[in-house]
Amino acid sequence: MKGAYTWGGILVVVFASVVGDILLARAMKQVGDVHALWRRAGLWTVVSRILGNSNFFLGVTAMAVAFFSLLFALSWGDVSLVAPAAASLTFIGNAFAAKIFLHERVDRRRWIAAVLVATGVALLAG
Amino acid sequence: MTFRKYLVLAGVTVFAAAGDAMLSHGMKQAGSVSLHHLQGVILAVLNPWVAVGILLLLAFFASYMNALSWADLTYVLPATSLGYVLLALVAKFALQEQVSPMRWLGIALISGGVGFVAGGPALTSHQEDNKSPLLAEDARNGVPAEEVGSGGVRR
Repeated sequence: MKGAYTWGGILVVVFASVVGDILLARAMKQVGDVHALWRRAGLWTVVSRILGNSNFFLGVTAMAVAFFSLLFALSWGDVSLVAPAAASLTFIGNAFAAKIFLHERVDRRRWIAAVLVATGVALLAG
Repeated sequence: MTFRKYLVLAGVTVFAAAGDAMLSHGMKQAGSVSLHHLQGVILAVLNPWVAVGILLLLAFFASYMNALSWADLTYVLPATSLGYVLLALVAKFALQEQVSPMRWLGIALISGGVGFVAGGPALTSHQEDNKSPLLAEDARNGVPAEEVGSGGVRR
């Protein structure tokens, strides 16, 4: 039963992190290249465009949900399972979600990278 | 990719790793925080290590957002994981901690993954669907149209 809670918690963390990352990435693509925008229109335009973007706030909210569900999951399961499992599953989830929702060209090179990094993170924290 | 953009990616890596390390060190000094005693969290923020850790994580967030404005999510994410490698190296060479063979294997895998991604293009996503709402928004805000154009066509 404890295992079910732990894995349920991990899945919530992974889901919320992926949603947060996708929303933040989409928000920043809508804002546009920060360097170029800053040079042309000044810092204030950059800040107001980021703060005026609803995807940015939804993304930050999702990240907050991910953070607090991580705290809950950590109180249910061992840190040596929860932290690496959440981090590496988030990697794989993000690769899928970036392809589907952000239309990023996730080619074989990036798939291999996602799997390598996810495995590496699991080994490091394990 | 300009030198400045590599600096931003380096910022993503270093700030995340340093921030996590400071927070972890500070929270160990502050003692355990449970959900039933949330006021412990507020006390923990007064710990200087925790405070500096939070500042570093804010710097991480700023560079992460910066990087996401000109690169794919699947390009930036491996850079964040390079921070774990950095932490393990700091643990081994600065703190003289033992790093197990499993961890060295993990370091090798992450570095290999980052190398794979870094060899490819930084931005592959289509900008078309973002273009029109931005143009409309800029028209409302009175921003000249040519300024939006270069944001949309960059590949």
